[in-house]
Amino acid sequence: MSVDPNGQLTIAIAAGKGGTGKTLVATSLAIAIDAHYPGCAQIIDCDVEEPNAHLLMQPELTAQAPVEVLVPEVDLDTCTRCGACARACQFSAIAVIRQAVLTFHGLCAGCGACAYVCPVDAITEVTRRVGTVKSGSAGEIDFVTGTLNVGDQRATPVTKAVKDRIRDDLITILDAPPGTACPMQETVEGSDYCILVTEPTPFGLSNLQDAVETCRRIGVPCGVIINRDGSGNDGVERYCAQEGIEVLLRVPQDRRIAEAYSRGETLVATMPQWRDELATVYYHITDMVAAQATGEGVS
Amino acid sequence: MKVAVSSRGTERMSVVDPRFGRAPYFVIVDTESDEVEGIENPGALAGTGAGVAAAQLIADAGAEAVITSALGPHAWAALKSGGIQVYDAGRGTVDAMVKLLLQGGLTPIEEPNADLKAGAARFGQSPDAK
Repeated sequence: MSVDPNGQLTIAIAAGKGGTGKTLVATSLAIAIDAHYPGCAQIIDCDVEEPNAHLLMQPELTAQAPVEVLVPEVDLDTCTRCGACARACQFSAIAVIRQAVLTFHGLCAGCGACAYVCPVDAITEVTRRVGTVKSGSAGEIDFVTGTLNVGDQRATPVTKAVKDRIRDDLITILDAPPGTACPMQETVEGSDYCILVTEPTPFGLSNLQDAVETCRRIGVPCGVIINRDGSGNDGVERYCAQEGIEVLLRVPQDRRIAEAYSRGETLVATMPQWRDELATVYYHITDMVAAQATGEGVS
Repeated sequence: MKVAVSSRGTERMSVVDPRFGRAPYFVIVDTESDEVEGIENPGALAGTGAGVAAAQLIADAGAEAVITSALGPHAWAALKSGGIQVYDAGRGTVDAMVKLLLQGGLTPIEEPNADLKAGAARFGQSPDAK
């Protein structure tokens, strides 16, 4: 078993828009890496609101653990109704309306500011379960997925919990949730590289621009995979050229891919030639990350 | 009694905004002294928790009643727990609504009548009153 000499990368697969092919790319990339480095790949489904990587990877999930957050509990006998907690809370998760003290656990970020500012120590932080992390393996690929409890609004604690399972000794692929909001940012942050999957349409381009801007602000280098290439216009290509963003791969508009995917088959299972294409993308990312690390070392 | 009216503006003659949490302003009318105070609702553009923030805002301003059209479960729980009565606004000005209230012409809202984030989703549009 050979191990990548450049270290074990963490690569996030994201997109500004849903349905562009994040999971298509993430699952096949993990399989391609596993084929070249058996037993060295890990895939983590970070879309805890609507996980779907398991549908394609068919993993055997052998362990599960609860995800808990801290929420405030107010001792109403001690509380003086001063309202300091409500003023401190940035999420309106606690309110003091005349004599009533209300906590809204679904809005709470678990930051503890309310307990910190309470002048009479009337607030204790207690745990509340918000989701579950499940782990196991699909063949030799380490597999992690998480689910946010139905009705809960804050995905990031569960995203953090699945990311805690990133193994330093494995090459990790993070399948990010769609969009550019907190759950996506939480996923991409700390990754070595981010692949943005897009469609060559005006809508795809608009969302790609948001995603590129987000990656730049987070400080994670990114490149683009164009899915359903040939189906739209050249707006994405022109934007990438203008902005100096590399197009890593183009997956054509092909009915066979769509049909196989709808049956729950991965791209590489349907068309094995994509395994080498995706492995090449991985090697290329490895080189770019290594070059950047060297560049930073010099400067 | 101080009454808070969800509004598009800060004055007595401003138009009512049907959304509670996402209204840009509240006009607080003191029905005894007839004084009027317009306050900005910073929660109007919040990601989440706008209704709770608005309830806190008007409670801190001393309001004992609210005139609005649509409010969600969080805002409702906050106002109800604080003993703040909620009345269903029609279309018109703040002034007209307060006069209607004093004449007994407004009906109380007895339960939340909008979904979480409903006001945010409709932002900038003319929402249905119910």
